[in-house]
Amino acid sequence: MSVKTIAGVAVNISEEGYLEDMSQWNEEIANEIAKEIGIELTPKHFEVLNYLRDKTAAKESLTIRGVGKSGIVTIKELYGLFPKGPLKFSSKIAGIPKPTSCI
Amino acid sequence: MKNLLILGAGTSGTMMANHLRSKLYLNKWNITIVDQYKTHYYQPGFLFLPFDTYTENQVKKVGEKFIPMGVNYIQKKIEKILPKENKVVLEDETLNYDVLIIATGSKIAPEETEGLVGPLWKKDIFDFYTYEGSLALRNKLRTWEGGKLVVHITEMPIKCPVAPLEFAFLADSYFRKKGMRDKVDITYVTPLTGAFTKPTCSTALAYLLKEKDIHLQSDFAIEHVDNDTKEIVDYEDRRIPFDLLVTIPTNMGDEVIERSGLGDDLNFIPTDHNTLQSKAHENIFVIGDATNVPASKAGSVAHFQAETLTDNILLYIDGYPLKKEFDGHANCFIETGNNKALLIDFNYVTEPVHGKFPFAKIGPLQLLKESVFNHWGKLAFRWIYWNMLLKGIAIPFVSRNMSFKGKVFDIKPDEK
Repeated sequence: MSVKTIAGVAVNISEEGYLEDMSQWNEEIANEIAKEIGIELTPKHFEVLNYLRDKTAAKESLTIRGVGKSGIVTIKELYGLFPKGPLKFSSKIAGIPKPTSCI
Repeated sequence: MKNLLILGAGTSGTMMANHLRSKLYLNKWNITIVDQYKTHYYQPGFLFLPFDTYTENQVKKVGEKFIPMGVNYIQKKIEKILPKENKVVLEDETLNYDVLIIATGSKIAPEETEGLVGPLWKKDIFDFYTYEGSLALRNKLRTWEGGKLVVHITEMPIKCPVAPLEFAFLADSYFRKKGMRDKVDITYVTPLTGAFTKPTCSTALAYLLKEKDIHLQSDFAIEHVDNDTKEIVDYEDRRIPFDLLVTIPTNMGDEVIERSGLGDDLNFIPTDHNTLQSKAHENIFVIGDATNVPASKAGSVAHFQAETLTDNILLYIDGYPLKKEFDGHANCFIETGNNKALLIDFNYVTEPVHGKFPFAKIGPLQLLKESVFNHWGKLAFRWIYWNMLLKGIAIPFVSRNMSFKGKVFDIKPDEK
């Protein structure tokens, strides 16, 4: 774990660049992480990000399928918003932990 | 008399019947367990069956043998749970309960992916998460002449999340032994960011894929199977060709959970992570693969949960607050081929680390390192499963909560 200043805020991040504490997140931080990945955020992106954050706060597991059923976007649209790894990038931008397996 | 009802006589349900029958007074509590199937499978064996390491008879027994005396065993289909009325409807009778334990597990749902159950299903596309699938795959492998083998995970969560990787490792060894490894191209396809997703593991284990010449395709969320071109296709139209596809289909909880309106969109039941009480009904408890807790869906997890849940059922019955005890503890052997295995020990928050297990500094088992001893441990586990685990006998020196003794936190993850 290390501390990194993103959008003027010192946040704790994992070695892979994911926020350790989702309460440190704000929209400017999201924009800056997205820019590093090469994504320009739109209101639709933020709808997805807020959905992911709500689910995480409620301790529910995140799946691509779940996002597809959320009524916000289809899975295809999710890929359109976050190309080449929708869960990986959306969770990083949303300031929540990376989806992992047990190893 | 009061009624404690257990739904499902798999690993979790059978353990709970054994734990509770010895702890609840016979003249106060009836215990009933319901399961529609006669056969109890040793599911970890499904990994070995395709490679002719185990025979059919080593992975299945009659389930009733493991239900203790004094427990009423009903082999019938469960139609619906009626939580407001404290009743469970079976195919031709209705049972009342005071306390309900749901242990209905999870199973594959290949029909969730378009084109999976098509013309190639059980011809060139197989699962090994069912007895039938594993056996069909064994018969296929016995005569397969080689080509592109794709080992594929549809989506998380799945039962035994390391099994697909173990399958790829064991396939490498199997084809080497048959002298045909040069004819087989192995690709491992995952919806996650890599074969290893935890920093300690990717640092310690990344060499394995290289050593075994297994190709990796990550961040692949399957959209459909193209049966004409023999390719799996993701939502960005990335295509991966196969001659033989070994897939882990979507895993879902039992349909009875959906019929009863108790589950999430994968039919897993919202469950308190630490007490194992269902979130919606205080007299319903959930254990094993049927829960939505973010622990691995694995027998070892069910075993540790069973110890906590037994205590919590007794506390609940007597009106005491429940113990917030379960920590997500899992302890899993991972076969890496060539008669070696890894052992990992972790919980909700602590990643697998190096060390010795179960005795600090002594072992004999090595954590997160390949060893022959670990492989023997995995094979010995089949005996432990049938003779100790199902009967609810505690495994000596292995505690329900993860222990930090003997753990060495020496892995410095790579900077990325």
